[in-house]
Amino acid sequence: MPLDKPYLDVPGTTIFDAEQSRKGYHLNQFCMSLMKAENRARFKANERAYLDEWPMTEEQKQAVLARDLNRCIQLGGNIYFLAKIGATDGKSFQQMAGSMTGMSEEEYRNMMVAGGRSVEGNRYVGEKAGGRK
Amino acid sequence: MAHISASIYTSHVPAIGAALDLGKTAEPYWQPVFKGYEFSKQWQRDHQPDVIFLVFNDHATAFSLDMIPTFAIGTAAEFPVADEGWGPRPVPKVIGHPELASHIAQSVIQQDFDLTIVNKMDVDHGLTVPLSLMYGQPQAWPCPVIPFAVNVVQYPVPSGQRCLNLGKAIRKAIESYDQDLNVQIWGTGGMSHQLQGPRAGLINKEFDKAFLDRMIADPEGQAAVPHIDYVREAGSEGIELVMWLIARGAMADLAGGPAPKVVHRFYHVPASNTAVGHLILENSK
Repeated sequence: MPLDKPYLDVPGTTIFDAEQSRKGYHLNQFCMSLMKAENRARFKANERAYLDEWPMTEEQKQAVLARDLNRCIQLGGNIYFLAKIGATDGKSFQQMAGSMTGMSEEEYRNMMVAGGRSVEGNRYVGEKAGGRK
Repeated sequence: MAHISASIYTSHVPAIGAALDLGKTAEPYWQPVFKGYEFSKQWQRDHQPDVIFLVFNDHATAFSLDMIPTFAIGTAAEFPVADEGWGPRPVPKVIGHPELASHIAQSVIQQDFDLTIVNKMDVDHGLTVPLSLMYGQPQAWPCPVIPFAVNVVQYPVPSGQRCLNLGKAIRKAIESYDQDLNVQIWGTGGMSHQLQGPRAGLINKEFDKAFLDRMIADPEGQAAVPHIDYVREAGSEGIELVMWLIARGAMADLAGGPAPKVVHRFYHVPASNTAVGHLILENSK
């Protein structure tokens, strides 16, 4: 019997469930390794060589190199793990979150100050063209 | 015997900790957030407990994908402050209460909740930001803290109903402890926020305000709300709010006692990506 996944029709959202977690295990564990200062230094010195120490897929490595967080999430990454890459790059959580929305850093920050993204039109896929506030 | 005097609920946004640590609390952006906790800090000084039982979630800090416990109780004598990638927060280490924690672990497992017992754990912003909000910047935290970590990172997280029932079990466990201890239980996380994907930045004030109302007056009703409603209405990370139900379940009214007194309520948007919510509920004496 298939698992119940009522969250697949939420727009712009990937729920980190058991399937995503399985796909992203090595990607997320790579991120976890960046919790150590010496690993952050080694990663920064040669990103590709550091990534090659991990049994990640080539797609996952490319997504990390491009800092394409949406792609990383599609490939099994979880935002709390991916945040370690942002920390290594000296980015705030707001900068990371904003980078996934197609908005500039300033646009995203202004949207949050103005009360955030409205849920209206953002509950179901296809509810509103574009799905943007 | 030990007793629960009050429950405290608050968001645990990491940027709030950073604002405090970097001396930005007076900036116009942050000033309204910290103003909402001024009353709380005074109230906490006037109602200092002996122990805090603090429900929070680990954010890929102590728990990687190697092990994902649904409910983990910290039974260690102390818990170091984690380096989450930006260096450890400059806050005091957290002193535990191994005797009470072990007692609660045994009692709650005997009430059919399968807790993971953790004797070694770094604690991240989920635990330290609430302490900072309630205590400011002391040299040492004023009392021991029992960390209780809930998995809200990998779906499925525990249901609201299970969280509420767990709170009831924790209440029984605390009330069966021989020493006369004044215990507060804190529920942290939320409120509406989404940190990932094109929908990042979602905030839902109506949902949040209704949640606060129901936390006060209808926790059983809120416990029946399914995960998907949190995800759809309050954002993928808004699901953290189920942790508030653990603290709420430990209040006296859910064991046949009187309704709690609402001491303080606060709501503000935004702190970084997140809506900030805060409640203090006191058990009647």
